[in-house]
This record gives sequence, C-alpha cells and structure tokens, in this order.
Amino acid sequence: MGSEFVALSLPPILIGCLAAVACALPGNFLLLRRQALIGDAISHVVLPGIVVAFLLTGMVSTWPMMLGAAGAALVAVALIQIVQRVGRIEPGAAMGVVFTTMFAGGVLLLEQSDTSNVHLDVQHALYGNLESLIWLDATGWHSLLDPEALAWLPPELTRMAVVAALVALFIAALWRPLAISTFDEGFARTIGIPVTLLGLALVVVSAMAAVAAFDAVGSIIVIAMFICPPAAARLMTDRLATQVWISAGLALVSAVLGYVLAGYGPLWLGADDAVSAAGMIATVSGLILGGAALFGPKRRGQSG
Amino acid sequence: MMDLGYNTLLVATGAGLLGIAAGVTGAFLYLRKRSLVSDAISHATLPGVALAFIFMVALGGEGRNLVGLLGGAALSSLAGLAVVQWLTRRTRLGEDAAIGAVLSVFFGFGIVLLTVIQTLGAGRQAGLETFLLGSTAGMLRADAIVIAVGGALTLLACLLLRRPMTMVSFDAEYAATQGLVPARVDMGMMALALAVTTIGLKIVGLILIVALLILPAVAARFWTERAEVVALLAGVMGGLAGASGAVLSALAPDLPTGPIIVLVAAALFTLSLVFAPERGVLAGAIAYMRFRRQVHMRQGLLALAHGHRVHESYSRRLLGRAGLIRADGVVTDQGRRLAAWAARDERRWSYLRSRPEGAALAARYDGLTPIEDLVTPDQLRALDDAIASDGAGPQARGRVPEGRS
Repeated sequence: MGSEFVALSLPPILIGCLAAVACALPGNFLLLRRQALIGDAISHVVLPGIVVAFLLTGMVSTWPMMLGAAGAALVAVALIQIVQRVGRIEPGAAMGVVFTTMFAGGVLLLEQSDTSNVHLDVQHALYGNLESLIWLDATGWHSLLDPEALAWLPPELTRMAVVAALVALFIAALWRPLAISTFDEGFARTIGIPVTLLGLALVVVSAMAAVAAFDAVGSIIVIAMFICPPAAARLMTDRLATQVWISAGLALVSAVLGYVLAGYGPLWLGADDAVSAAGMIATVSGLILGGAALFGPKRRGQSG
Repeated sequence: MMDLGYNTLLVATGAGLLGIAAGVTGAFLYLRKRSLVSDAISHATLPGVALAFIFMVALGGEGRNLVGLLGGAALSSLAGLAVVQWLTRRTRLGEDAAIGAVLSVFFGFGIVLLTVIQTLGAGRQAGLETFLLGSTAGMLRADAIVIAVGGALTLLACLLLRRPMTMVSFDAEYAATQGLVPARVDMGMMALALAVTTIGLKIVGLILIVALLILPAVAARFWTERAEVVALLAGVMGGLAGASGAVLSALAPDLPTGPIIVLVAAALFTLSLVFAPERGVLAGAIAYMRFRRQVHMRQGLLALAHGHRVHESYSRRLLGRAGLIRADGVVTDQGRRLAAWAARDERRWSYLRSRPEGAALAARYDGLTPIEDLVTPDQLRALDDAIASDGAGPQARGRVPEGRS
C-alpha cells in the first residue's frame, strides 16, 4: 500500500495541492478587485497559445507550450484592454468577446492541423490528466530520500513547486502595496504606488500560475481555484491576511479531498474505476464555497 | 449548395434562427450588463446533460435522446442560474465571483459525471463530449428537426418579449412606472438566454455558445444608440453568423461548426469595431485628426493676426498648404484676411463670454466654431455694435483673449 501510494497517488496529490495554492493566492486579490473572471479568460486562451506553439515548433514539449500559453494570456489581457478602451465596452463583455474568439481560433487551428498523432486535444486542455502524473521509480516512502529515484519525479511537480513558490514570494514581497491598491486605489496612487503597473504584475503572476497549473491539471481546476477558495474565505473573515491564509488552506483541502474522493470514492461505492480528479477537486471546492455561503460568519458583509 | 443535403439545410436553418434569437437576447443582456451570466448558464448545462444520460440509461433507454439531454441541460443550467442569483443577493460576493464559481464547479462536476458514464457504459460511447464544442457532423434527422424547431420557438418567444425587454433595457425605472416588473422581465430575459444556450449546445457547444450571446450584441452596439435597433442588428448579425457558420463547416472537413460560427461573429464584431460611424475606431481617428487640424489652423491664424511668426511645424504646414503663408513664413493677402477674420471672431466670443446675457450662447464656445454659425446676421450686427460702443470694456478691442480650446 505504502509503495503504491508513494508512486501513484503522492505526486498527483502534491501537484494538485501546489496548483491549487498557486491559483488561490492571487485569486484573493483578483476577487477583491472584481477581476475574478480574469482566471476564466486566461484559462480559455491557453489552448490557442499551446496550439500555436505546437505549430511553430512542431513538437509537444513543455517549454515552448508554456511560453505559447503565457504569450496568449498576455495577448488576451492586452486585447481585452484594447477592446474595452477603444470600443468603450464594459469589461465583462470585452472579456467575453476576446476569450471566446481566441478559444474558437484555437479549436479551429487544432482541427486543421495534423495533431492526431500527438497528445494534444481540447479535452486534455480542459481537464488535464492529473492521474497520469505518476512516479514510477518510487518503491516506498524511503524513495523520498533516494536521490536517484527523486531524479525521476514527474517534472510537473518541480515546475509547479517553483511556480507556487514564485507566486507566494510575489505576494509576500509586495503585500502592502498590493493590499493598499486593492482596497483604495486612489490613496495608493497618492502615496506613490505604481497602481497600474502593480495591477498588470498581478495579472501576469496569475497568468503564470494558470499556465503552469494548466499544464499539470487542466483549465477547470485553474478557474475553480482562482475563485472558490478565496470566495469562501472572503465569507469567513474581514481581514485580508486571514482571508489569504484560509483560502490557501481551503485550496489544500479541496485538492487532497478531491483527489482522494475521485480515486478511492468509487471503490468504496463498489465501482471499479476512478472518476476525474480535476473535476472532483473543482466540485469539492464548490461544496466548500456553498458551505461558506450558508454558514460563513461574514457572508453578508460587515454587518453580519 | 446542392450536395449539402437536407440535414445540413435543416441545421443551417436552425443555427440561423438560433443565431437571431441569440443576437436579440444577447443585445438585451448586454444593455443590462449581464452578458457573462450566460457563461455560467452554459457551463452549468454539463451536469444536466450527463445526469439526463444516466437517468435515461437507468430507465432502460438508449440515453442519447436529444430532447431528453437538452431537458436535463436546461434544468441544471436553471440550477446554476439560481445559484448565481443566490450568491449575488445573499452574500457579499460580486456577480463576477458568483459566475466564475458556478461555471467552474458545475463544469467540474459535469466532468466527474462524464467519467462516471465512461465507466458505467462499459464500451458504450456516449458521445457526450460533442456537447463541449458542438458537432453537426453526422447529425440525425430527428435531432436536426429538434434544433430547427427549438430555434424557431426561441425566436418567437424573443419577439413576444421584445417590447418589455426594450423598455427595461432603456430605463428600468420608467418601465416600472408603466406597469412592468423589471425583475420579472429580467427573468424572462434569462429564460431566453437559457433556451438559446440549451438549443445551441449541439451546434455551438457549451464552451462557445456564450460567444453567440455576446459578440453580435457588442458588435451591434457600435452602430446605434437605440436599444430596439441594437437588438434588431444583433439579431441580423447573429443569424448571419449562425447560418453561414453552419454552411461553411459543412463545406469542408475539419471545420468544426461551433468555432466557425463564433469566428464569423468575431469577424462581424471586428468590422463594427473598426468601421462603425461615430463609435468605430476609424471614425474616432478621423474625428481626432479633423479636430487637431482645426485647432492648429485656428491658433495659427490667431498668431498671424498678432503679427507673430508661426513656428509650430504642423501649423506651418497647414497654413502653407492653404496658401495663407509663403514657404518663408511671410503672410499672404489671403492669410491676412483670414487671420483678421479669426481675430474678430475671437473678439466677439470674448465679449459675449464677459456678459451675463451672453451666457446661453457662451456655453457653446469651444474655441473653434465661428460665432457666425450660431447667430443670425441681425444678432451679429447687434453684437458688433455693442462691442463698438463698449470699446473700453474689460476685454479691450484688439486684444486676443486667453480662451482657447
């Protein structure tokens, strides 16, 4: 049991946790800035990004695709701004215009190009394949101390860990300006915080988290984790720091519980096969949010 | 067209009707700033589709009955909509957070159910994945008829609700005084969006159907300020995108219906963004350039009237091209005449603006419009007489005022 768990379940759980936390952390600020749907937009445009990267390089390898996805995310953010400003369109609709068009373009490119022999399809982009990120060289818990086996950890795990650390570092380092500009943009401006630049940096960091998480676990977790844990935490506290910590905790709980329920739940119910872990993690985070909306002490705002 | 076949024709008709309904509904959603709610509705259809499939199989059926699947989709998207409303009203979360939460969680749960179906069906391909991106290839005749009829019915409902939706979008408070209940009209609007989403699942797919509700509406908004006309135009563009997208995708392999429809709509949007009169980018650029030219011309003329040389290069070029100054900067006769005219106009304005009785007219001062365009010759003569008899006033004659655009 131990060896099987370390080889088959531990890496996906860890990757899921890291992805969840990396998205939930910036999600707090996006939520408070009423930009919650940026995560949605970014995760839709990742598809055209990786398809274009694939068409340009002709291979399915991680770095070009990550770059393509990140590029697409930046293009999308810029286009949303342009459409919003130039066309004087409200932000929600501008977002809808850009991400649906780019996603449609991505699907069309994918269908038109010969990708039948490579593992690149819409389903994979949407809900990833968390279950396949296994660590074959592990033979038990002691493998965690074995450098030779550690060298064969799924590369997604290392990447996700680095990105999660970068995201956390960004938020810790820029905590005060981020908090001030989130709550009172005008005041932040008067005390000399580069508000616009900071907002852009937040979006870029979110995009980075989304792209890395997408590579490991698919878009659906990304959107859910950007919104559900921060939203649930928001209904529990008025303090930003507390909210961020709670959201990270809830993200971890969603990832672990979701993975376990997806992997072992059906077995307990007598079925043979696991269900989608990504979908289950999103579902669990939704149930947590539902609970917070029903019972959260701060669900109605300051008064109650 | 000949070899497209009866099925494609039916699908194209359905997609066209659906597109019109989506355009009209989307226009009202957009005017009410609720566009992205439809994104939550559409993603929330997935668990319903999957549950309907499981339910129908459990009853011993085949599970692929389109009406049954769409019924399930409608029910679960209704649940999603209810949750969005509930989160927005009962908690302090914004509508954007509520939308994102509902779309990701319902969609995630739908994915879980899809994997359940894969294991349940033991070898049976449910084909429910086609609802993600839509697919009209190899569609059954009965399904095509369902879509065509559904599109027609939705459009009919749209036309019936058109008046109240226009009134509420234009001015909800005024509509309330006319005996309408805006909340109820909004609910009707949402019901239409739900119907469009459900019918569109098979053609456009649940990820992209929201585009059909947003793109034509936003595109139409560029062309007019009137709610009713926005709806009409959006309907035309939506119908065009739906029908032509369906036909285009049937013409060649590897052209998935949903994305093609969305890209046609996106092309219409881009054309509107660039070419629409007044609100379009091109019109904006032209208006800006004309304004800049007028300002430079005016300021150049006023400088000439003072006997200054014009150093600013754009003004110099403008004046030179109009034959008002020579290449060496010396003023021509024509230039002197126009400069005097501009100076006199500026004097008249400044006199008018210094007088309380001129306030109404002075409000229209923009530093560019000649006063002769705004008053009758008689008024102008009276004004000149007043200036002449009041020559020693605060704004002495011959002095060009500070005021500029």
